[in-house]
Amino acid sequence: MKPAPFRYARADSLAEATALLAAAPGDTKLLAGGQSLVPMLNMRLVRPAVLVDVNGLRELTGITPLPDGGLRLGALTRHAELAASPLVRERAPLLAEAARHVGHAAIRNQGTLGGSVAHADPAAELPAALLALDARVHITGPHGAREVAADAFFRGLLTTALEPEEILTAIEIPAPPPGWGFVEIARRPGDFALAGVAVVVRPGRRPLTLPSPARGGEGIEAVRLVGFGVGDRTLRLIGAERVLGGGPLDAEAAARAGAAAGADCDPPSDVHGSAEYRRHLATVLTERALLQAAARLAGHAR
Amino acid sequence: MTAPSDRVTVRLTVNGRPVAHVVEARRSLADFLREDLGLTGTHVGCEHGVCGACTVLVDGRSARSCLLFAAQLDGRAVTTIEGLTPAAGLSPLQESFRVCHAMQCGFCTPGMIVTVTELLAQEPTPSTETIREAISGNLCMCTGYVNIVRAVEQAVAARPTEARA
Repeated sequence: MKPAPFRYARADSLAEATALLAAAPGDTKLLAGGQSLVPMLNMRLVRPAVLVDVNGLRELTGITPLPDGGLRLGALTRHAELAASPLVRERAPLLAEAARHVGHAAIRNQGTLGGSVAHADPAAELPAALLALDARVHITGPHGAREVAADAFFRGLLTTALEPEEILTAIEIPAPPPGWGFVEIARRPGDFALAGVAVVVRPGRRPLTLPSPARGGEGIEAVRLVGFGVGDRTLRLIGAERVLGGGPLDAEAAARAGAAAGADCDPPSDVHGSAEYRRHLATVLTERALLQAAARLAGHAR
Repeated sequence: MTAPSDRVTVRLTVNGRPVAHVVEARRSLADFLREDLGLTGTHVGCEHGVCGACTVLVDGRSARSCLLFAAQLDGRAVTTIEGLTPAAGLSPLQESFRVCHAMQCGFCTPGMIVTVTELLAQEPTPSTETIREAISGNLCMCTGYVNIVRAVEQAVAARPTEARA
């Protein structure tokens, strides 16, 4: 349970980190919070020749409000900062709530937003929240900077749009939608979720009277439903989103969307739960997350 | 730019004492504390961040010392269970653990004390549920946790009122 030998370098700037990474991109890993990487090193699931410590890069820190009401979050933002930041709670309460569910306090003190997104565990909370929030991932590399929508970022199991020689520098999220929900089921607080759902709902023009029975004409404008722990990646539950369409979001619609969510996902089976059970959870949790969002929308409209 | 190296010089403070050391790059903070500094109160259980036995404070915040490399600790301040223990006798929290029989084999106890120290610094009067959630990342295979929760509650109750404000 000791990592294989590696060489260690502390980067003092983004340019330095980029150069160190470019020297051997396939054989170098960036070390940020290390809460996923170091267990994998200790179990020798990965054996990079070089670790580049990016914890000293000021360019990757900070939580900044954007003029459009959104937020820019440096890649080194710790989970504990996300959960505690008044700015994040105000402008992205879904993200603050998701961060509260990541691991235990000791993990949240170290683990970083950028690390969680780059690692892309399909059961992780933060990628799911960011996908629901329609976040943009900022990346820099030897050929300059680029940005990728969260929708195009998560490609598969622990696989993202990030190239080996690139560094994830920041996440930007648009102005917060008033309706959101976040639910997960884990065996103990801090465990990886068996399944979870994050949802963001933007209301239509007319006010909502939820979660009371449906009335004609009251609709939601857009919904982004994301499941985690229910597939090989952080998963948009597209079928469930379509079921909701632009119609009213009431208990009946939430139940229909839940049923569709079960068909949207392709959950793994393991010792903690069967695929069938996780599919059932996706159904139930989608319904609950939507009802949370509906209640928040109703509170907002008042 | 520092070239990648398999040996790293670190200067940090451990329990308030300055320490300078050349460490192997892959040396975990937990092994550094135990093997290089002889601070064996920090226990090493799972070595992948699950059991919580190796929990220490880094700049006052809890961290798994098996998930940090000593090389990363340059300029930081580490506090271990030894640093939370008075020169003579026990701290009030440790005394509560003793009185409530909050340990059997004792393997998880240093990590528990460190975790609860951070909890009480942030939340001086935690609810039972908050205490349970806070220690859920520290595995105890003996006690069933009941006496540990009781010990924390008793430590909170025994504090002078101003400390609980």
